[in-house]
Amino acid sequence: MSASTPGSIARGPRRDEGIAHRLARRRKRRNLIVAGLCIAATVLGLVLLASILITLLWLGGGGLSTTVFTTVTRPPGSHGGLLNAIIGTLIQTVIGTVIGTPIGMMVGTYLAEYGGNSVFAGVIRYVSDVLLSAPSILIGLFIYQLIVSPMGGFSGIAGSLALAVIVIPIVVRTTEDMLRLIPTSLREAAVGLGAPKWKVITFVCYRAARDGIVTGILLAVARIAGETAPLLFTSLGNLNWSLSLARPMASLPVTIYQYAGSAFSDWVQLAWTGALLITVGVLATNIIARTALRGRG
Amino acid sequence: MGDAVFAAAARASGGFVLVLLGGIIVSLFIGGLPAFRRFGVGFITNTDWDPVKQIFGAGVSIYGTLVTSVLALILAIPLAFGIAFYLTELAPAWLRRPVGTAVELLAAIPSIIYGMWGFFVIVPLMGQIIEPWVIDTFGDIPVLGVLFQGPPFGTGIFTAALILSIMVIPFIAATMRDVFETVPPVYKESAYGLGCTTWEVMRSIVLPYTRVSVMGGVMLGLGRALGETMAVTFVIGNTDRISSSLFGPGNTIASIVALEFPESPAGSLKLASLLALGFILFVISFIVLAISRLLLRTRLRP
Amino acid sequence: MKLKATALAMILAAPWGAAHAQTQITGAGSTFAAPLYSKWGEAAAPTVGVTLNYQAIGSGAGINQINNRTVDFGASDMPVSGDQLSAHNLMQFPTAIGGVDIIVNLPGIQANQLKLTGEILADIYLGKITKWNDPRLAEVNHGLKLPNLAIAPVYRADGSGTTFVFTDYLSMLSPDWKGQVGASTSVKWPAGSGAKGSDGVAGTVRNIRGGIGYDETAYAAQNHLTTALLRNKAGQFVAPTPAAFAAAAGSADWSKVQNFAIDLNNQPGAASWPIESATFVLVPKDAKNPTQTAAVLKFFGWGFANGNQIATQLLYIPLPDAVKADIRAAWASQVKTATR
Repeated sequence: MSASTPGSIARGPRRDEGIAHRLARRRKRRNLIVAGLCIAATVLGLVLLASILITLLWLGGGGLSTTVFTTVTRPPGSHGGLLNAIIGTLIQTVIGTVIGTPIGMMVGTYLAEYGGNSVFAGVIRYVSDVLLSAPSILIGLFIYQLIVSPMGGFSGIAGSLALAVIVIPIVVRTTEDMLRLIPTSLREAAVGLGAPKWKVITFVCYRAARDGIVTGILLAVARIAGETAPLLFTSLGNLNWSLSLARPMASLPVTIYQYAGSAFSDWVQLAWTGALLITVGVLATNIIARTALRGRG
Repeated sequence: MGDAVFAAAARASGGFVLVLLGGIIVSLFIGGLPAFRRFGVGFITNTDWDPVKQIFGAGVSIYGTLVTSVLALILAIPLAFGIAFYLTELAPAWLRRPVGTAVELLAAIPSIIYGMWGFFVIVPLMGQIIEPWVIDTFGDIPVLGVLFQGPPFGTGIFTAALILSIMVIPFIAATMRDVFETVPPVYKESAYGLGCTTWEVMRSIVLPYTRVSVMGGVMLGLGRALGETMAVTFVIGNTDRISSSLFGPGNTIASIVALEFPESPAGSLKLASLLALGFILFVISFIVLAISRLLLRTRLRP
Repeated sequence: MKLKATALAMILAAPWGAAHAQTQITGAGSTFAAPLYSKWGEAAAPTVGVTLNYQAIGSGAGINQINNRTVDFGASDMPVSGDQLSAHNLMQFPTAIGGVDIIVNLPGIQANQLKLTGEILADIYLGKITKWNDPRLAEVNHGLKLPNLAIAPVYRADGSGTTFVFTDYLSMLSPDWKGQVGASTSVKWPAGSGAKGSDGVAGTVRNIRGGIGYDETAYAAQNHLTTALLRNKAGQFVAPTPAAFAAAAGSADWSKVQNFAIDLNNQPGAASWPIESATFVLVPKDAKNPTQTAAVLKFFGWGFANGNQIATQLLYIPLPDAVKADIRAAWASQVKTATR
């Protein structure tokens, strides 16, 4: 390890007390300056977060009313709400999670319990990471090519599938990490009692890792609830009340996107209120997921 | 019996994920094939995007994607480092969790919220206060001044990079923090024992030890910035031109696809060009991610 | 999971009052016409039994959607060519006429004070005129002190019929523009910055000192934007008022056009506003579900018969009665509205 202080140590303390003092002061000052900058950086980060939240509360809070939750979207000037957008987001998020989670869990289970460090497992891990970081708009394009184009129309199911693709890698990562954390002794005890491997995994390991896996699912839900780009070309958006998965379906982020750029002040207000709702939902889900994870670890 | 079925299901799902990724790459490539065929390899460098004359090129979008992302990183890295340093060394123990959670919340905010906040809060700030000041002060410097000229739109490449940097700071900071915490305490303690200040420990012990992984985290942030759509679409100025000024408008692959997709007729050359752009973006993200994983693997994987 | 399923079931069962007695029609496209169709939709619903769901996603996207038959009608400010109409088996008809305003943001300049010409506009958007105190601007603006400020042109980034109307006008007046850029819902702009949506353009212009942009009249009026005077074909500088729009519409000759595809830019007449367009609706001639098309025509028929007042209130110009009669005749002969 190279000495980080210049030769003052080599020459002896008494003769060079003056230099040592000045150097010490300079190093302390530098340390203080850097510390100050780091604190400033952190404060800046917190200020930005606060700015976003305050903007949302300020501009979106004014539009909060029961109408927002009980009326569907209507033409400007007709006192519309966001009901179909909220329900559409809920439906597509739930279906996306329901489709993506089992697949993700199976893959995570494979990586943790069967694949280990084999080449195949390594490749799958890599592929899962690629999917995790893939731009979500490309996933939307993929589903458009795969489903919307052949089907001849936009649909809620296409949107849900795009969201499912986003859910899968998140659940894979969490499931694998959580399963790996389980001590081998637990598995050995179950095997010792005569359980076949698949029962060990499903009855013992899943149960032990349940909290962590649920956290992963919650984080995935929070992530897809706020996604706009993958829904733009798949479920498109619908200004009417529609629960059909075979037709275009409204969603909160897409409605916000459409309203924010419009020139009608009541629509812009609804966009802000919708933005506030989405952010509160997503952040709440995140906080719940993280405190649950830290609590059980 | 149940074992064989379960094991087969597990392995099959692994294969499914492979097929999924393959499917995405293939569908984007096939969709973009008409454009590649018509324009050849020159599609990648051509800076023309002319819907009227039906000439499309990826040059402007690729330029915008790379410039905004790299600029975002340059802005984000010092701040992320500052936050990570604060969280690992400087903050009192009771403050670490709440501040850490707050920073992570920045990462959880949906991209469209960043877009709206960016357009309604940051863009006026840039257009009315910051950009005019910078243009007046630096615009006339002989060589560098070119970077700061032009009307103060408020939107543009720099503003987009700014918003992007705010979005990637939490990713880079979280990776840095995790990586800083893997440094064996004995190294740090021996340095402290010699009388090093906190900053000196960070600079001489922690950073060299974690340098490779820090780069990995940075690449991860880059990967995030490359694919951002909604935040960028609101503030980049949506122009199919390369501007010499940092304050000029531009386009990224993601923003041009988001804007022009709805009006591209099915089966048209424009749609094929947009899908081709999607393929190129995927390739770029793929490469960046590969580098990132290579760098991170040495430290973070158990 | 169980709670969510129960909640969903409850919602599905509850009578949410989606008007089942009424027919629902969906349309998409022009933001230019959005205020008009929305207000017509609101007024027509009780009497005609048709509820309208209109998505203002831009003319280009609207044409796309009707081509794919994902909506009941498409709305576009750019008339679709005859070949495209036959290729996609569509019938096109105009519904109203509206003007496009030029909006500016200059310190000290009030509404309808700045004078511009089409040639100057083209050169601004070509990037040839870059400062507000350019001699060519001073030439037409005697007595007005124009600042030494950079011009910041703003245009619609999304595919917009308003862009078509504007670029079509520029193509008429500037051969350079016509050759270099052309007219369409989405063009390769040589200069300036793009914004998403009409609100985006208005917001961006309001943001920059020295900004200039184009927007539909209804939006400009609603947002109290500073509009500019424009020189028309007769050499007069006119303001974007309903009278000027009516003058331009009045001098139009409908007999010479195919598929009602009239171009109202740069009309003769001393009082005419030069940037104006009809807005069009596209319906399938042979729809899979003709009752929907019938409802669409019923809705617009109501608009023609009873919607004039709403239109003028929103600063549109209603079509001449003769044209409306021609349109109805065309509906009867060209569009299938009942299953045979």
